[in-house]
Amino acid sequence: MVLFQFVMPDSAISVKNLTKKFKHSLVAVDDISFDVENGSVFAFLGPNGAGKTTTIKMLTTLLHPTSGTIRINGMDPVKQSHAVRQSFGIVFQDPSLDDELTAYENMFFHAGLYGVPRKESPGKIEDLMKFVELWDRKDSLVKTFSGGMKRRLEIARGLLHTPAILFLDEPTTGLDPQTRNYIWTYIKKLNEERGLTVFFTTHYMEEAERAAQRVAIIDHGKIVINDTPANIISSSGTASLEDAFIKLTGRAIREQEGTGMDQMRTMRQAWRGGRR
Amino acid sequence: MKSNTAYAIYILWLRQIKRYFRSKSRIVGSLGQPIVFLVALGFGFGSIFAKAGGGNYIQFLSPGIIAMSIMFTAVFSGIELIWDRQFGFLKETMVAPVSRLSIMFGRTLGGATTSTIQGVIVFLITIVIGFRPDIAAVLWGLLFMFGIAIVFTAFGTAIASTMEDMQGFGLIVNLVNMPLFFLSGALFPLTTAPFWIQWIAFINPLSYGVDGLRAAFTGVSQNSIGVDAIVIAGITVLFLVVGSWLFNRVEV
Ligand SMILES: Nc1ncnc2c1ncn2[C@@H]1O[C@H](COP(=O)(O)OP(=O)(O)O)[C@@H](O)[C@H]1O
Ligand SMILES: [Mg+2]
Repeated sequence: MVLFQFVMPDSAISVKNLTKKFKHSLVAVDDISFDVENGSVFAFLGPNGAGKTTTIKMLTTLLHPTSGTIRINGMDPVKQSHAVRQSFGIVFQDPSLDDELTAYENMFFHAGLYGVPRKESPGKIEDLMKFVELWDRKDSLVKTFSGGMKRRLEIARGLLHTPAILFLDEPTTGLDPQTRNYIWTYIKKLNEERGLTVFFTTHYMEEAERAAQRVAIIDHGKIVINDTPANIISSSGTASLEDAFIKLTGRAIREQEGTGMDQMRTMRQAWRGGRR
Repeated sequence: MKSNTAYAIYILWLRQIKRYFRSKSRIVGSLGQPIVFLVALGFGFGSIFAKAGGGNYIQFLSPGIIAMSIMFTAVFSGIELIWDRQFGFLKETMVAPVSRLSIMFGRTLGGATTSTIQGVIVFLITIVIGFRPDIAAVLWGLLFMFGIAIVFTAFGTAIASTMEDMQGFGLIVNLVNMPLFFLSGALFPLTTAPFWIQWIAFINPLSYGVDGLRAAFTGVSQNSIGVDAIVIAGITVLFLVVGSWLFNRVEV
């Protein structure tokens, strides 16, 4: 499988002094800078409301930065949005599949939107759906899928146009531990066997620690530290990433395993509000 | 990079067609209203209309009801934009290497096609009920059906672009649809109506759709078919531009 259809700079992602201020609101992302090396797995770890999704939206052309520069595979998401879009795949925090279509149709439509050559697309769709073990359910409507199956399909879909970078916004939130393990097995395989650069956000400590070569901890829109998990732990003189996080930010990430997204959001807001 | 625009528009169109044919209950459900209008009004007012010198009422009413059902379906198809935003699929299209204009265009073509199909089904029902159109002009008729469909799909998409939720959308749509329908000359001629009603009818896009359909199918109309066609084409362009502008501002 050809992954690199672009001339690759050393950094798959390069961000300098990136800031996003929403109207009538606080600064969601506050002057952050970081680089993600080609072929690496990079974690953005932070509590809810830290600015992770806002950052991903700017990296993936969905939001314009208030200031700062971004390079995705050497290109500017604001000025070269189409070329940038062609070069990454994304799994959003919330589901983005068409429930009324079958799994195969969701893949087929994605291939059409991204201009995957029509001769290649059936083979690619089959490959990827087999990879995430959904080929036997290809003709089922997506609305009959579990949360974990939807996530797997979204991963397969995000890879269909052979991107060099895969963005995953809280890919395992709301899934049971076993499904979370599955998802990480796929992602690890993609990185190791196909050299895919992976950028993911999470508020699960152990996922960042286990899956990522580098972790940036983000809190209140600022990057607190950006290093390997081992270095973060040793430089803060703690026993785990969890303890390091508490030491660096002065509080714990609470893992709220609510059933519905909405419930989680309400809880998150109440929690943040109470701290101010 | 080679351009994929035409195929992407086709894909977005195809998605809507598939979803339409998959929701059989919606198709059948939305036929209820036009049938009730046709039967209740057609048979109820038929004799009064004829006595007043209006001629065969079914001949007069049918193009109006066809236009109505297309308009309602088309405006309502805007709600799919709100659905797609709420259920997340809109993000998938917005992050694809396809311009907003193409996305808007594909969606509008899809909504317009399904509304036209809806109109054709109603057209067949009117024939069963007793409508006798000039079959030679069926192509003109289809053209006007599609014109009405495009105008009001773009209109519905424009409204949906500015709305957060379905309730708000439903409220606005009902507020706009009913007056446009009743003041379009679909149910009765407005030539003797008070000045202000005639004025609304004059600026009402549906008036020209209804009149054009009548001209095509029965040869009896207020304006010439060319005037109706030019007005509909103009409004189509206007609504597409406004709809695209509003759709361009949608954030996901
Ligand atoms: N469209 C928006 N308008 C105003 N504020 C926003 C918007 N999107 C996000 N925010 C705010 O920006 C902050 C960061 O949000 P987000 O990036 O979603 O956090 P995370 O993904 O880390 O949970 C939050 O305080 C959130 O309320
Ligand atoms: Mg988020």
